[in-house]
Amino acid sequence: MGANAASRPRAPWWFAVGIVLIAAILAPYYLVTDISDQIDISIIFVLALLALSMSFLWGYAGILSFGQTAFFGLGGYAYTVLALNLHETTFSFFAAIALTMLFAAVLGYFMIYGRISDIYLSVITLVVTLIFEKAIKSTSGDQYVIGSVRLNGQNGIPTVPSLRIPWSGTELSFDGVFILDAVLLILVYAGLRLLLTTTFGRVLVGIRENTRRIELLGYDSRRYKLGAFVISGGIAALAGVLYGVWNNFVAPEMFGLKRAAEVIVWVIVGGKSTLVGPIVGTAIVQYLQNKLGTQSVGEWLPLILGFVLILVVLLFRNGLLPGLVGGIGWAWRQVRRVA
Amino acid sequence: MTAPPILEAHGVEKRFGGVRAIAGVDFALADGELRCLIGPNGAGKSTFFKMITGQLRPTAGQILFAGADITRAEAHQIGRLGIGIKNQVPDVFDGLSVRENIWLAARRADKGPRARSVADEVMARLQLADIADRPVGILAHGQRQWTEIGMVLARKPRLILLDEPSAGMSLEETNRTAALIREVNRTTTIIVVEHDMQFIRQIATKVTVFHQGRILVEDSFDRIMTDARVRDVYLGRQAAA
Repeated sequence: MGANAASRPRAPWWFAVGIVLIAAILAPYYLVTDISDQIDISIIFVLALLALSMSFLWGYAGILSFGQTAFFGLGGYAYTVLALNLHETTFSFFAAIALTMLFAAVLGYFMIYGRISDIYLSVITLVVTLIFEKAIKSTSGDQYVIGSVRLNGQNGIPTVPSLRIPWSGTELSFDGVFILDAVLLILVYAGLRLLLTTTFGRVLVGIRENTRRIELLGYDSRRYKLGAFVISGGIAALAGVLYGVWNNFVAPEMFGLKRAAEVIVWVIVGGKSTLVGPIVGTAIVQYLQNKLGTQSVGEWLPLILGFVLILVVLLFRNGLLPGLVGGIGWAWRQVRRVA
Repeated sequence: MTAPPILEAHGVEKRFGGVRAIAGVDFALADGELRCLIGPNGAGKSTFFKMITGQLRPTAGQILFAGADITRAEAHQIGRLGIGIKNQVPDVFDGLSVRENIWLAARRADKGPRARSVADEVMARLQLADIADRPVGILAHGQRQWTEIGMVLARKPRLILLDEPSAGMSLEETNRTAALIREVNRTTTIIVVEHDMQFIRQIATKVTVFHQGRILVEDSFDRIMTDARVRDVYLGRQAAA
C-alpha cells in the first residue's frame, strides 16, 4: 500500500523499540567488542540518519531535496568551528544543529513560499550543496579564519574535538560513540514515526497525496512543508555533527556530489515508503562498499554499486524492504493456500 | 429575496492568453439559496468555480464572500472562511483511507476527538462506514465522489460548490445525491454545476445559464426550460423533443 498515513503505534512497536534500544546500549560490551567493528558500524548509524532525513522529506512530504548534504556538511563544520573556539562540546553540539536549522528555514522559506515547483527545489538544493563545497574548498589561505580556526580549504579540518560527557568532561571513547550514534538513530526514527501520527504528520502525507486538496480544506501547505524541511535539515545536521565526531575530521567532500548521490542510492535501495527502509538500505550499501573495498575491487566499486542500484530498482519498485516484506507475505499466503 | 447576498461577483474576467474564458460576470447569491449553473462545455462554469475558491486568480473584477473581498486571497484562506468545493474530477487523497480523507477535512474545523466523531458521523450519513478503511484510490468512481462530498461536508462550510456531483454515478446514486443536496441545503448555501437535466429538475429552484464566458439568463428552472435563447445555445432539440 506504500506510505500510508501512519496509524498510532501499538504495544509491539514500543516493545521492539525498547528492545533495540537496550541491545544498542549493551552491544559494544557483549556483541560488537572489536573496536574496528564498532567504528565501522557507528558510521552506518550516522549515515543512516542522513538517509532518514532525506526519506522522511521525500517519502512522506513528497519533497525531494537532493542536497541534504548541505545541512550535513554545515552541521559538521559548525560544530567543529564552535567547539574549537569555545573549547566546549555540549553547547556546540546543539548550537551547530540549531544554526543549520536556521539556515534550512531561510533557504526553505524562499523556495517554498516562493512556490517554486518540486523539480526546481531538487535542483536548487543540489546547487546549494555544490556551492558550499566550492566555497569551502577555496578557503585554503591563511586569511580564512573563523575565530581561532583555520578552514583549511580542501584539506579539511583534522582536529574536530571528540564529544565530552557534560560535567564530568571525559571524552567519549569508541564504544561511547557507538552507543550515542545508535541511540540517536533509534530516537530520531521513533520520533519521526510518532510525528507522522500527529495532525502535522498526517497533513504532510495529505500534501504528498494532493496539495491542492489540502489547500482547499484550509491548510496552508507552505507552513507544513517548511516545517518538514527544517526538521529534516536538523536531522541531516545531527548526522553531520556525529560524522565529524566519528573520525575527528570534516572536509568539503561532506558537501560533494558523490555524497549527495549516495544518499539517494541508500534511500532508493531501502525504499522511501517506510522509515526503516532507508536505514536498512544504508546498512546494506555501506556494508557492500566496505567488504568490496577490502577485496581489491578498487575502481570497479562504483560500477558494482550502480549495478546493485539498477537491480534493486528493477526487481523491487518500492525498494528492498517493502519488496521483501511484500514477497514474504505473498509466499506465506501461497503456503497457506496449499496447506 | 430579502436575504443579503453571501457571494457576489462584480465584472469578473479571466483571460488565458488571448482567450476570455470568463468575459465579465456579475453574479449574486442569497444566503441559503440552492443555485444551479448550466451551460455548454467551455462556457466558463468550472473556471468561475476555480476563481471563487482561489485556484485561479481573476484577471479583472471583484469577488466578495460574506462581505469580505476574496479576489486575491489564497485557496487555504478561502477554505478557512467557509467555502468548500467538490471539483469536477474527483480531488481526493488516493493513497489514504476514506476515514483518513474525511478526518483531514474534519480536523481543520474541529479539535482532536471532536474531529474523529465528526468524521464518523459524515461517513455514516454518506453510507461510507463499510468502506472506511479502504484506500480511496481503489474505489469506484461514485464512491470517490461521495468521499469528496464527505470531505466538503466534514469541513462544515457556509457555502458549498459542487462541480458535476452526479457525473459517473448510477441512477440510484444520482437520486441519493439529489436527496442529499436538498437535505444539506436546509443549513447551507449551495451552487451546483450540472449537465444532467433530470438531476437539475430534482433539486433546482433557480438556474443560471452560462454561455461563452457570460451569464446568458437567470431564472426559475421551468422558465429556463422554455427560454428560446437557452434552447438555441445549449439545450437545442433535446429539450424541444
